[in-house]
Amino acid sequence: MLRLISDNTSVKFIRLKLVSFSISAILSLASILAVIFIGLNLGIDFKGGILLEVRTSSNISIAKIRNEISNLNIGEISIQEFGQDSDYLIRVERQEGSDNAQQIAVEAIKASLNKAFSKDIEYRRLEYVGPTVSKDLVKDGVMAIIFAIIAMLAYIWFRFELPFALGAIVALVHDITLTMGLFAILGLEFNLATVAAILLIIGYSMNDTVVVYDRIRENLRKFKKMNLNDLLDKSINETLSRTINTTVTTILALGALYLFGGQIIADFAFAMLWGIVVGTYSSIFIASTILVYVNVRRTKEPES
Amino acid sequence: MLVFENWKKILVLTISIFAIIFSLPNFLSKELTNNSLSFLKSGEIRLGLDLQGGSYLLLKVESESLQTDRLNSLADELRLAMRNSSPKIGYKNLKVSGAKLTFTLNNKEDSSSITNVLVNIDKEFILNVDDLNNIEVLMSEAKIKEISDYAILQSIEIIRRRVDEVGTNEPIIQRQGDDRILVQLPGLEEPERIKKLLGKTARMNFRMVNETASVEDALSGRVPPGSDLLFEFDERTGEKSVPYVIYKRIGVSGEQLIDANPSMDQNNQPVVSIRFDTSGARKFGELTSKNVGKRFAIVLDGEVISAPVIREAIAGGSGQISGNFTFETASDLSVLLRAGALPAPLTILEERSVGPSLGEDSINAGMYAGIIAVILVVIYMLIIYGARFGVAANISLIVNVLLIISLLGILDATLTLPGLAGIALTIGMAVDANVLIFERIREESRAGRSDIGAIDNGFKEAFRTIVDANITTLLAALILFQFGSGPVKGFAVTLALGVITTMFSSLLLSRGIITFWYNKFKPTSLNI
Repeated sequence: MLRLISDNTSVKFIRLKLVSFSISAILSLASILAVIFIGLNLGIDFKGGILLEVRTSSNISIAKIRNEISNLNIGEISIQEFGQDSDYLIRVERQEGSDNAQQIAVEAIKASLNKAFSKDIEYRRLEYVGPTVSKDLVKDGVMAIIFAIIAMLAYIWFRFELPFALGAIVALVHDITLTMGLFAILGLEFNLATVAAILLIIGYSMNDTVVVYDRIRENLRKFKKMNLNDLLDKSINETLSRTINTTVTTILALGALYLFGGQIIADFAFAMLWGIVVGTYSSIFIASTILVYVNVRRTKEPES
Repeated sequence: MLVFENWKKILVLTISIFAIIFSLPNFLSKELTNNSLSFLKSGEIRLGLDLQGGSYLLLKVESESLQTDRLNSLADELRLAMRNSSPKIGYKNLKVSGAKLTFTLNNKEDSSSITNVLVNIDKEFILNVDDLNNIEVLMSEAKIKEISDYAILQSIEIIRRRVDEVGTNEPIIQRQGDDRILVQLPGLEEPERIKKLLGKTARMNFRMVNETASVEDALSGRVPPGSDLLFEFDERTGEKSVPYVIYKRIGVSGEQLIDANPSMDQNNQPVVSIRFDTSGARKFGELTSKNVGKRFAIVLDGEVISAPVIREAIAGGSGQISGNFTFETASDLSVLLRAGALPAPLTILEERSVGPSLGEDSINAGMYAGIIAVILVVIYMLIIYGARFGVAANISLIVNVLLIISLLGILDATLTLPGLAGIALTIGMAVDANVLIFERIREESRAGRSDIGAIDNGFKEAFRTIVDANITTLLAALILFQFGSGPVKGFAVTLALGVITTMFSSLLLSRGIITFWYNKFKPTSLNI
């Protein structure tokens, strides 16, 4: 049977803490700056606006479509290829005005496209979100992430100890920050699915962290005299094989989803792939390493 | 011997067989499930709108317009009451804007009697007076709530009727929050038509045309009191075409219609045939007999459909509405008239429509990705954990996926595109439990335990970690379910189901398989 990690691996993870903390700090800072200065490319879920996915049959170009709808006076329009050559994604910024402004604009767009291309255009997807709903969705999204962090904090606190919970939360915030940073830097659309992906990353990263913590707690009971750095290293090394195997299988599954799951799900899969990698890294290099600095209580009963 | 109690064996077998059987209908042809295997029908998964195509609409009931309506009629009653009270109450600038009625009293002394006047009309209003004799009349909070609650419930009823008329399978129409209605219309061929139908309030009435008034005067802003300037609209361009001056007084209201159907008139033009109830028929008969030779207008939502000349009295309560109809618009109007008028206008706040072709592409891509994910993970597990433990993990992985599929069907949950992603993800994460167990067995074995001891301890020690670790994912899924909407909820559902089925498949099923294998073949080495 194949062992990716040899049975007596003993990497000195804790000794790398200055390096790993520096890397994480730089990446986190870069992410925060990116989110502030480049900004997130918010999808219509959060910004409001119109999204149309069309399939064209004869050779209708982006320029032709733009030509038809650009004189409707509906603000900024972006048209891009989506999946195969003849499929396009048309995005139109949020229409100001009354609650039904989006609806009116959509009708105008479809009317002018139908007039110009009639049977050569098929509407595969139509979404529009007005300002009241997009505000609600932003609120729900933010609430979901905050609640998830609080729930994890409470759970780890309850199952382990407060110091563990603090380490876990730092790791979580790190993972979320880096994911948002990546979205800002690459200009990927940040939408409801992205929030779902972030929640999943929270779940996965915690899952990973709990496995290592579980071993740390076990070893804290077993080896009461062992120096904390060594004990943490030992625990991480013991679970390393599991960590890597699980990460690989999850990446295999998500990779399949990213490559073959269709255009709509690709960004979602990409966000999760990134989150899995970051989450795995953070559970070792942040959540566990940080325990050096917080006061991990060792059980007081006498050694057997 | 490794111990695996009999009740566990029975449980594992029962659940596994259940998983296989009830996931079947999702792989078999529809005819087979519908006919010979109808007992499996409950296992069929309901697809979300993003997978089967359809429309998701979030509507807002503009119930403020009801307050305006009520205040408008209050304005008429107030004018009358102030004129008739003794002494007469003088006022100016009486107007209704939005949810407020305002006017100014000529004399300060009248400010006490005005309260009595108002209370005599209706107690549900609140009256504020300022120092400059400006009066402001508002509706009480309770009344507003009552009105908007009524509007929502009534709207849901009317929407349901309209949707049923068009005929879509299993529409979902439900209230959301204070003033919103969620409408989900699966597998809709023409979302445009239903959207058009929902966009119409469809308040129709029959009113006499004021033929003594000059249309030119009205167009230049001098509309005679008691009349409205309304237009007929061109069906093709949607622009105002013919103007009419029409009395405000309603001759017969559309509420008194009991039936409406599209048909053809003698010139083969599409028309809508209508029938009134008894009192409507009487009113319509009176109106037409008194006004032979004059014009009356059929007004729908403030637009004139047509304004024909009454040639003869129409008794019996049946009639035809002519207009610039195509057969389609005639049948749409019939639907609207049969279903009744909405109490207040609706606006679409959010729409997500997916055409059937995209839905099908998404299913195919999702299934394809899922199968590839399973194959990759199966191969990886075989490489890492070998033919024995690897196979045990793989069998439990496949049963796990089947179990999710059958549970989705049985629980009548909706599978969405993100839900498919959730299943693919579960495939990757589900083996985690087995990985934890196997790594533990390796460790225990390395630490010098006997094979039996290593397997036993591996499962036992990994159990706690598995539960602890999976609860975090379950928490994330629950929060996602609470805050997510539509498709994202579907992701949360499959994720949560995945966590639960994973517990079963790793802690019971794969343990059962390994125990069975170990006891049967008594291997000399575990080979893990």
